[in-house]
Amino acid sequence: MKAPAFSYARPKHLTDVLALLEKHGDEARLLAGGQTLLATLNMRLSEPALLIDMQSVQELKGLSLAGNSLRIGAMVTHSEIEASELVAQHAPLLRMAAPHIAHRAIRNLGTFGGSIAYGDPAAEWPACLLALDGIVVARNLQGERRIAARDFFTGLYTTELAANEVISACEVPLATPTHRFAFEELARRHGDYAVVGLAASAQMNEGELDQVRLAWIGVGNMPLRSTATEQVLQGQQLSDALLARALEALRSELQAEADLTHSAAAKQHLAGVMLKRVLNTLSSPAPALNSASTV
Amino acid sequence: MTHQEPSPDDLATDARAVSITINGTCSQHHVQPRTHLVDFLREGLGLKGSHLGCEHGVCGACTVQLDGQVVRGCLVLAVQADGRVVNTIEGLSDSGAIRELQQAFVRHNALQCGFCTSGMLMAAHELLEKKPDANREQVREWISGNYCRCTGYQAIVDAICDVLAQRSKAGHAAHAEGAVA
Repeated sequence: MKAPAFSYARPKHLTDVLALLEKHGDEARLLAGGQTLLATLNMRLSEPALLIDMQSVQELKGLSLAGNSLRIGAMVTHSEIEASELVAQHAPLLRMAAPHIAHRAIRNLGTFGGSIAYGDPAAEWPACLLALDGIVVARNLQGERRIAARDFFTGLYTTELAANEVISACEVPLATPTHRFAFEELARRHGDYAVVGLAASAQMNEGELDQVRLAWIGVGNMPLRSTATEQVLQGQQLSDALLARALEALRSELQAEADLTHSAAAKQHLAGVMLKRVLNTLSSPAPALNSASTV
Repeated sequence: MTHQEPSPDDLATDARAVSITINGTCSQHHVQPRTHLVDFLREGLGLKGSHLGCEHGVCGACTVQLDGQVVRGCLVLAVQADGRVVNTIEGLSDSGAIRELQQAFVRHNALQCGFCTSGMLMAAHELLEKKPDANREQVREWISGNYCRCTGYQAIVDAICDVLAQRSKAGHAAHAEGAVA
């Protein structure tokens, strides 16, 4: 199908983007990489009067170190993250996850900020941002506010972002030598939406798991963490007994929802398999750059 | 670039001027904002080598290069390409940039109806540049975003692996970026 008629603007400055957004409200849609929006326009699931293309806004671009954080400009593409040495060194979880996102042609245009703003429960970046306890930086004409990832996602495709706000960047804390990361995703074909995925981070202190964060992909109606299971793991060394307790906690905590091809029971089972794999990776001595995840 | 600073009350949906460098030639065109890049290339310019399959980013038949990288032509608006560089299968064929791939596709009978072929070639071309050491599994992953509804994947993967092996043998792998530029 063909998209309905709309107007198009390509401002150079974020303030101009915000002014257009303020003026046109719900009639306007922000165009980041467009890899979801353009498909919904072609299918006429969305009929905005104006697209505000942010490709020329320099303030939204680039990866940089800012204090103890890695700053990811909202318009940074999936391919840029995949290729970035800064990311590989300071946020290896993102490097592990990037190849799982769709296909090369889509990764070349799709953006980190776009994925976070859309808040798809089946997408990789929202889960990674949760697992890293990252921050979403939102701007409107009045100023800036910083929203913790754990407060940002509020429901199916809904977030804390107000109608007059734009995500300018996201920030994730820099990895330290005791940090461990793991990413697992099961899809029917490479690049398809995840049946189940898990992004995880932890501190390993002398063999003990600390600050475990487990963020799930494709199991609920929003990107979510399993905090009760995380609590079971806190301060523990990985063992068969611990794994059994963690799986039990996960079973009562995670309410997997069926999708077109997988029942809730199948997803629940697969989530358990993933938890086991991820805990093994997190507890392994070497910094965990999962070679199976690199394309 | 005529629409950098939109007039504040402008919700006009009619055609506007864009300058796009297509297959090495920069020229000005008029295009409606709603027109995606592949409709513009096919209907506006008669460049019918890029095909339109699903029109929502799934099949890969519309793959073109934007600023040197493959993109879904149905998931980019022509107005987004204003001021940028687009290469299509016609451009890469004429320049000889994908000659080895084309010859390998013929040698391995890697096209049946041919509908997916231009997209496959565009995707494979970027693979040669970015992952000259790719193994068969990595080739399969790379082209997983390009559908062949004749299901002739084995021959397509054979052809791409053949070019990778030839280049590796000839010691070109380390210089792949220069060789295909």
